[in-house]
Amino acid sequence: MTTTLFHNARLIDPEGGETNGALIVQNGLISRLLSPQEAAGDLPGATRIDCGGLCLAPGIVDIGVKVCEPGERHKESFRSAGLAAAAGGVTTMVTRPDTTPAIDSPETLEFVTRRAKEASPVHVLPMATLTKGRAGREMTEIGFLLDAGAVAFTDCDHVITNTKVLSRALTYARSLGALVIGHPQDPGLSEGAAATSGKFASLRGLPAVSPMAERMGLDRDIALLEMTGARYHADQITTARALPALMRAKRNGLDITAGTSIHHLTLNELDLADYRTFFKVKPPLRAEDDRLAVIDALREGVIDILCSMHTPQDEESKRLPFEEAASGAVALETLLPAALRLYHSGDLTLPELFRALALNPANRLGLPQGRLRAGAPADLVLFDPDVPFVLDRFTLRSKSKNTPFDGARLQGKVRATFVNGSCVFGDL
Amino acid sequence: MSFAQRHLLGIEPLAPSEITTLLDLADQYVALNRRDVKHGDVLAGLTQINMFFEASTRTQASFELAGKRLGADVMNMSMQASSIKKGETLIDTAMTLNAMHPDLLVVRHPHSGAVDLLAQKVNCAVLNAGDGRHEHPTQALLDALTIRRAKGRLHRLNIAICGDIAHSRVARSNILLLGKMENRIRLIGPPTLMPAGIADFGVEVYDDMRAGLQDVDVVMMLRLQKERMDGGFIPSEREYYHRFGLDAEKLAHAKPDAIVMHPGPMNRGVEIDGTLADDINRSVIQEQVEMGVAVRMAAMDLLARNLRAARRQTTGGVLV
Repeated sequence: MTTTLFHNARLIDPEGGETNGALIVQNGLISRLLSPQEAAGDLPGATRIDCGGLCLAPGIVDIGVKVCEPGERHKESFRSAGLAAAAGGVTTMVTRPDTTPAIDSPETLEFVTRRAKEASPVHVLPMATLTKGRAGREMTEIGFLLDAGAVAFTDCDHVITNTKVLSRALTYARSLGALVIGHPQDPGLSEGAAATSGKFASLRGLPAVSPMAERMGLDRDIALLEMTGARYHADQITTARALPALMRAKRNGLDITAGTSIHHLTLNELDLADYRTFFKVKPPLRAEDDRLAVIDALREGVIDILCSMHTPQDEESKRLPFEEAASGAVALETLLPAALRLYHSGDLTLPELFRALALNPANRLGLPQGRLRAGAPADLVLFDPDVPFVLDRFTLRSKSKNTPFDGARLQGKVRATFVNGSCVFGDL
Repeated sequence: MSFAQRHLLGIEPLAPSEITTLLDLADQYVALNRRDVKHGDVLAGLTQINMFFEASTRTQASFELAGKRLGADVMNMSMQASSIKKGETLIDTAMTLNAMHPDLLVVRHPHSGAVDLLAQKVNCAVLNAGDGRHEHPTQALLDALTIRRAKGRLHRLNIAICGDIAHSRVARSNILLLGKMENRIRLIGPPTLMPAGIADFGVEVYDDMRAGLQDVDVVMMLRLQKERMDGGFIPSEREYYHRFGLDAEKLAHAKPDAIVMHPGPMNRGVEIDGTLADDINRSVIQEQVEMGVAVRMAAMDLLARNLRAARRQTTGGVLV
């Protein structure tokens, strides 16, 4: 029986708050939280790890990570994504099924599970598509996929336009208690868009989508939830206009949660500047008013989950005119430092941040992770919230280096990451 | 005299004094172009490549003529047909051309921002001949020169820009330029052809021609692309002409000496009445074409001066 004592730590408990103290890890589980006085006492047989007064928080549970296996391993593999996750304090990657081919059968899901097990140092929980080939026509074998380990069902950014198909898939998913993740976006309005409509996009001459398209997509999905009673999570809510609908749906007792991405929380449309394609994400970056509204919503719990929307793209697919360039940004390693911008600006406390990064996503998926509590798995991240650095994208562990934070001044670094009590990153 | 630009990618980065410098020089080239012997040598020894990823007749001809009149070696590359079809990326094409040591690169591309991207990868002066819906700076400059010569000034004028503003790079560059020179700008067109966020541009927006044209000094018409005529943005060509086509009756609301402009090519009977377009007392459309050559000569002259100065600095006086 191995026992490890993490002492002299600033414990960030998403369920409680911040305390100075220590915790004991036994056999990969958190077994006890201690006060500094208790930790000073003699604990026979325990390995002592001095956290040096740094923050110890539950590891991040990141919903919506794209690992490009199968299909585009040159962009990201389970190995490279896993290393990036470990370095970023992400202890559970919930992977997207929008690969080539899509993860739409128990057989392809099994491939993901096997590859993840042999290559990734952090937990990987795969999602599967809701319809075959993400084509929006026939639902996948939701039951078999659940048995094979799918934790949620999503067609990612392919919006299912046929509401009959979607309502049946939601109804079927409900009978199995499966979580469905939607991408709230009206496909007609957003077709071909590369930016959010407004003065900036008009000046740059970019095809743009109104922020209203997000609300329309969400309104439609909410109506279908009322009809079917399914468990639903909106992958990214990024506009102020969508928030009242989300609040109402929650008040009315629908089983709905919502996420947002780190990029929509820390960047706005003006960051596109002179057509910088690393800032092209989907949905596009929004106006500053929207960004501020989304931060408020996250603090108030209207938006539950903060994720990286990690989307690797190679240089070739980004070194193109803006309209032609691929969407998406890598973020496993920058998620925490970028999120700490909100802590340093006083918008969110550290426990609030880890509620959105760890506790809420774990709860939504029914996982024991995401909390500092006796009995929970010892998936932990030790970080220094204050150390400043300038990001060089070529130091990232992801195979693809498409981060919008290249050259950005960030504050906060992960010192060590633990999965089931074992160190997967750092030199402790 | 001030013109501190390495490229001419748009009107946005230009200072009003730089615009004035360029127009003053263009005025001199108008005089040169009207002489029997139309030859200068300020671009002698320099290589100009015209790269058009989108079909163009008049702009390409205008740039070619401008380069030749100033003594440059001019090469035209029609890019719709060639390497793009073979899957080469824009940047690879740019690097290939760059290896041939051009001095002036004139680029038109169907996507906004493509010319900016290209300019980052080459070490010569790049002129934007139109990128997507973004900018078309030489068109705005030639429009400005035409206005200045017709009206005697380029400030405190009421200028109406009419038609498809949303898809027009000409409109964007003109709004920026005329705004920088402190004119009052009105945009007139159906709301489906207005860009989003237009209220923040510092312009007045009208969807009624007669109200919008009231007492303006300059009427700029824009071309309506054929593919936007049926159903998608406007109900039909004939309804558009009825409501937004410029004819003598609508023009009567403008000042009696108002001039009529069009960047060409015109759709007679769609956005402008044919007779009006040919009326030499009102229409300055032919002058616009003439000014186009002079403005492009001036732009290339200024950029070439800056290019030479930069090369002298980096090579210690030895031209490479």
